[in-house]
Amino acid sequence: MVVDPMILEGAIALVKIGILLGVVFTTVAYLTFMERRVSALIQDRLGPNRVGPMGLLQPLADGIKFMWKEEFIPASADRKLFAIAPALILVPALLIFAVIPVGGEVTIPAFTLFGLQIQETTTTLQIIDLNVGILYILGMTSIAVYGIALGGWSANNKFTLLGGIRSSAQMISYELSLGLSIVGILMLTGSLQMSKIVAAQDTFFEWFIFRQPLAFVIFVIAAFAENNRLPFDLVECEQELVGGYHTEYSSMRFSMFMISEYASMVAASALMATLFFGGWHMPFEDQVGPGLVTLYQVAGFLLKTGFFLFVYIWVRWSLPRFRYDQLMAIGWKVLLPLALLNVVITGIWMLV
Amino acid sequence: MSYLPLILLVILVLIVAAVIVTLSSYIGRKKTSASKLASYECGVPIKDSARKNFSVKFYLIAILFILFDVEIIYLYPWAVVYGDLQLYGAAAMGVFFLLLVIGFLYEWKRGALEWD
Repeated sequence: MVVDPMILEGAIALVKIGILLGVVFTTVAYLTFMERRVSALIQDRLGPNRVGPMGLLQPLADGIKFMWKEEFIPASADRKLFAIAPALILVPALLIFAVIPVGGEVTIPAFTLFGLQIQETTTTLQIIDLNVGILYILGMTSIAVYGIALGGWSANNKFTLLGGIRSSAQMISYELSLGLSIVGILMLTGSLQMSKIVAAQDTFFEWFIFRQPLAFVIFVIAAFAENNRLPFDLVECEQELVGGYHTEYSSMRFSMFMISEYASMVAASALMATLFFGGWHMPFEDQVGPGLVTLYQVAGFLLKTGFFLFVYIWVRWSLPRFRYDQLMAIGWKVLLPLALLNVVITGIWMLV
Repeated sequence: MSYLPLILLVILVLIVAAVIVTLSSYIGRKKTSASKLASYECGVPIKDSARKNFSVKFYLIAILFILFDVEIIYLYPWAVVYGDLQLYGAAAMGVFFLLLVIGFLYEWKRGALEWD
């Protein structure tokens, strides 16, 4: 019996989604571990090393502990919004991964499984190659602002409200620079589609880091601010705001905020690799044998993403936190004019 | 192009989020008291609700954001076809950019970007 192509497409999509979600959740879990170990390394101490070999089971233990913690909702909170807010951050953070290409085309040879004939199919290592890929990503990052604002407001607590408002003002300010820094790439590529942006960087010296260095700097700074990471973590700001917008959250709902924070860090690192460092394209691709080239490319992509994740942690322990007025000044008076300038420079450069 | 994979992903992610939100409210033990459910204020008795007026600066930032965001969205389709438009595209966007920069400088000089 031959399988219907529509069903086959759905089945392939489900397999890809399963792998993606599995990889993202595992990465997020081990990123928390990596953060603690790297922080310890930088501060000259050991970090968690007791649970399992080298402390490798620590994220699992943390997850189980979160699950069994008591969950409570403050009496004065808006119960519905309070419950929805963490989901409103987690869902867009995970949905961003849909358009990030992890590798090129893969051909699955024809085979028979339980009497079902499956014909030869080619598929890309990407959930969906939307023709508005970049706009989709920007849209998803905007939705996360609702989650943080609602999470801060719904708890009816002064600290969470301040954290939520601060965070939404910070995120929308830096979203402008984030969106503007990508415009230069769009001008050079002529497409919003992620696969075409990656295809435009197929040789090493065509990587956008060489053609758009200013845009990369702006993008990295804006992405750090979007993810509320140090030096822009005024949202949490332990010394002033207790815990920021998630002060009143407990148990798994609190962990959802953490999961989405780390998931958006992974997404931002993957985007830096995709937009500026050639995506899954690697130098010396043609010297790798045809059987291994996809593996080489995927490994290269994961390595680039991993490097930017390390940079996130590295920066955390290297730079002090900004003051809120400094944060706003950098966003509006430095990054925004620079991003506009980058568009102008790219425009002139393409003409001559 | 088929949107099936995206729809499947949205459904699965929503299920994951819903499971996490509901799971812990069933697993964790429940032992509440009035003071535990009070909102946290460093242990001091709560004064007033938190939902009151807050600084007008945040509204100003929101308005400026909307202005600029609309302009950036306007840049996107232009950027995609810029390679084909060449000089015509540069001239047309040059006028728009000039107006944008004048507006930006105006709000800067009027102090809309100052936080104090």
